[in-house]
Amino acid sequence: MIQIVKRPDPSKTQDLLTRLFAVLCALVCASLLMAALGYNPFKVFGNIFIGSTGTLHRIRETIIKTIPLAALSLGVAVAFKMKFWNIGAEGQFYMGAMAAAWVAFNFNRLPMILMLPFMFCAAMLCGGLWALIPAFLKSKFKTSEILVTLMLNYVAVKWITYLQYGPWKDPKAAGFAKMPKFVNAAVLPKVFGVHIGWIIVLVLAVLVHILLNKTKFGYQVSVIGESEYTARYAGISVAKITLIAVIIGGGLCGVAGFMQASAIEHSLTDQLSAGLGFTSVITAWLARLSAPAIIVVSFLFAALLQGSAYIQTAMQIPTAVAEVLQGIILFFVLGSEFFLNYKLVFHKNAKEAA
Amino acid sequence: MKMNKKILAMLLAGAMLFASACTQKEPVTSSSESAASEAASSEAASSEAASGETDDWASKTGAKTFPAIAKEDLKIGFVYVGPADDGGYSMAHDNGRKSMVEALGLGEDQTMIVENVPETSDCETAIRNLIDQGCNVIFTTSLGHMDWTANVAREFPDVIFEHATGSTTGENMSTYFGRMYEERYLSGIVAGMKTKTNKLGYVAAMPVPEVIRGANAFALGAKSVNPDVTVEVKWLNSWYDPAAEKNLAIDLLNSGCDVIGQHCDTTAPQVAAQEKGAFAVGYNASTLDAAPKAYLTSPIWDWGKYYTAEVQKMIDGTWTSAKVWAEASTGIVYLDKLSDNCEPGTQEAVDAAKAKLDSGELKIFAGPLKDNKGVERVPAGSEMTDEEMWTMPWFVENVVGTALE
Repeated sequence: MIQIVKRPDPSKTQDLLTRLFAVLCALVCASLLMAALGYNPFKVFGNIFIGSTGTLHRIRETIIKTIPLAALSLGVAVAFKMKFWNIGAEGQFYMGAMAAAWVAFNFNRLPMILMLPFMFCAAMLCGGLWALIPAFLKSKFKTSEILVTLMLNYVAVKWITYLQYGPWKDPKAAGFAKMPKFVNAAVLPKVFGVHIGWIIVLVLAVLVHILLNKTKFGYQVSVIGESEYTARYAGISVAKITLIAVIIGGGLCGVAGFMQASAIEHSLTDQLSAGLGFTSVITAWLARLSAPAIIVVSFLFAALLQGSAYIQTAMQIPTAVAEVLQGIILFFVLGSEFFLNYKLVFHKNAKEAA
Repeated sequence: MKMNKKILAMLLAGAMLFASACTQKEPVTSSSESAASEAASSEAASSEAASGETDDWASKTGAKTFPAIAKEDLKIGFVYVGPADDGGYSMAHDNGRKSMVEALGLGEDQTMIVENVPETSDCETAIRNLIDQGCNVIFTTSLGHMDWTANVAREFPDVIFEHATGSTTGENMSTYFGRMYEERYLSGIVAGMKTKTNKLGYVAAMPVPEVIRGANAFALGAKSVNPDVTVEVKWLNSWYDPAAEKNLAIDLLNSGCDVIGQHCDTTAPQVAAQEKGAFAVGYNASTLDAAPKAYLTSPIWDWGKYYTAEVQKMIDGTWTSAKVWAEASTGIVYLDKLSDNCEPGTQEAVDAAKAKLDSGELKIFAGPLKDNKGVERVPAGSEMTDEEMWTMPWFVENVVGTALE
């Protein structure tokens, strides 16, 4: 008979060792799959590494993929910290991108120095307000924020699709459903060959870190996360803190949408997120909601994405295999989470023991 | 209650913030809008200035003969909008790539493919990755890849770019396509003879001129053998979406259509027709196996000859950029062998029309032609130019559906 027993809080070394072991298991398992499909696993992993960091172009591409993922993960982490399970990063991302695009399309004579901050603020506000809907419904009707945030993602994407095929369609595109390009003033400039989103996201990470760890607000968020009753008892205004944290989290996701629309797409499409909003839930969790760790984990994940794109062309490995590879790694790393918090106790025979 | 008020207050605060942010900037636009004419003219000027640089690149189309690339130095990247084994459009390109590799005796690693590339900035990333991996020739194959291809082409003047189905060309970027509408006309004859309900369905990707032109040709072909026939066109808003393609076909079949034509990438509409006991004209490739009881024929792409010829020019050092709209006589398009599901006499009707097309006696878009709102578009005695066909925004009389105009 097997029993599941809760562990006491694991030590830091235990924590790290378990995670490393999980990654190792994932690599072994993925290697077996590679070998079964007829690819040399060492070559595949080597190529993922080369493909994500081998040339200046690849490092830049990896960083470009890191930026939105990190910003989204930061947004998710703020809400997760108080156990508000926001799975709606995708939707908040799109609403942020939409607000930024609205500014870019309607105020196209602004100089860049006004345009970009305006887009930033609009995106943050719109992403935040979108996140406010599930928070409001939760406090008013006790709805599950997991379901509401998840479903609002689809509402947001379909709304963007409507705009793209309807009112915001570029009339010059001869029937091809795309939105117009942003004016140059609405495009984030580059520093060292990568758009300044990388600076924005680093600053945001520092701010989030300070906010969550060094301020009274951050402390209150943690207390709410541990126990709402304790928080109430301690005189914390749970509703107020929750709403502010949710707006900040949604706002950060909205900023990710702004950066992607401005710097990468120079426009808005209903495929802008490439699913990163969902990936960010995983990266935030893997980073244990710590802002510095989010940057590192997002970079590693971006490297995996970029490396997968590389092996697809370099080794003619189908995209599906690259995706399975990512899935295996996630499966093991997230699985290790379980073993960190619980242990299995094997009894030879339950009756004998009794 | 207290909490609710706070939430309300926060929402209001947010809205006010948003509103104030808007009004702050409002004067900037309204003032520029009040001077609308001035703005418009300056906009025109600035867009001219902007396209001034690009025009330079675009106007050099065909100007430069690219130096020969040694055969073993060739590294050719292909960008597909769907999977390479989609059973349709992307597969046709990939078959073209394979036959080019074989014909020229290139090595296994001298071509690279990227599948499932959306018509977004992902396309630009995919092309840049290919160049980073050493590609000196790039073929992109979907309409929405055009602008992204041009972006990268401007930046890499020594790399050769070719983009299918588009209109943008430059010093180092060609566009290539075939006169598919002629084969669609012939396939319309096949469908027009098969239908009993005189209602044909057409599963169409998106309302762009290429697709509109194809649907029109299909409808005119059907009408040439069956004056009562109509073609109902429904839009997918996607090139590749097997589930939606099938659903749209089922909609059409349920509304009384008994033969389905298609302008989308997979065999899903043909499968739907078979399940409903109806018939289908495919697209892109010979797909009798996908729906043996429904399949009539397909207008087919054979990109292999084109790819082989183009790459041969690169090896010979004679490649220049160009706008190519290849005739059927080059073999780039053809109609598949008619299946046994076709009506007796169809082969003869197709052959007769084909002979007239080849001799130039039959022009598909020759007047008199009315659109489906009854407006005369091409007067009797005249015919549409290539440019007019290329930008065709309206449906012919016997098409049911909404085009661009």
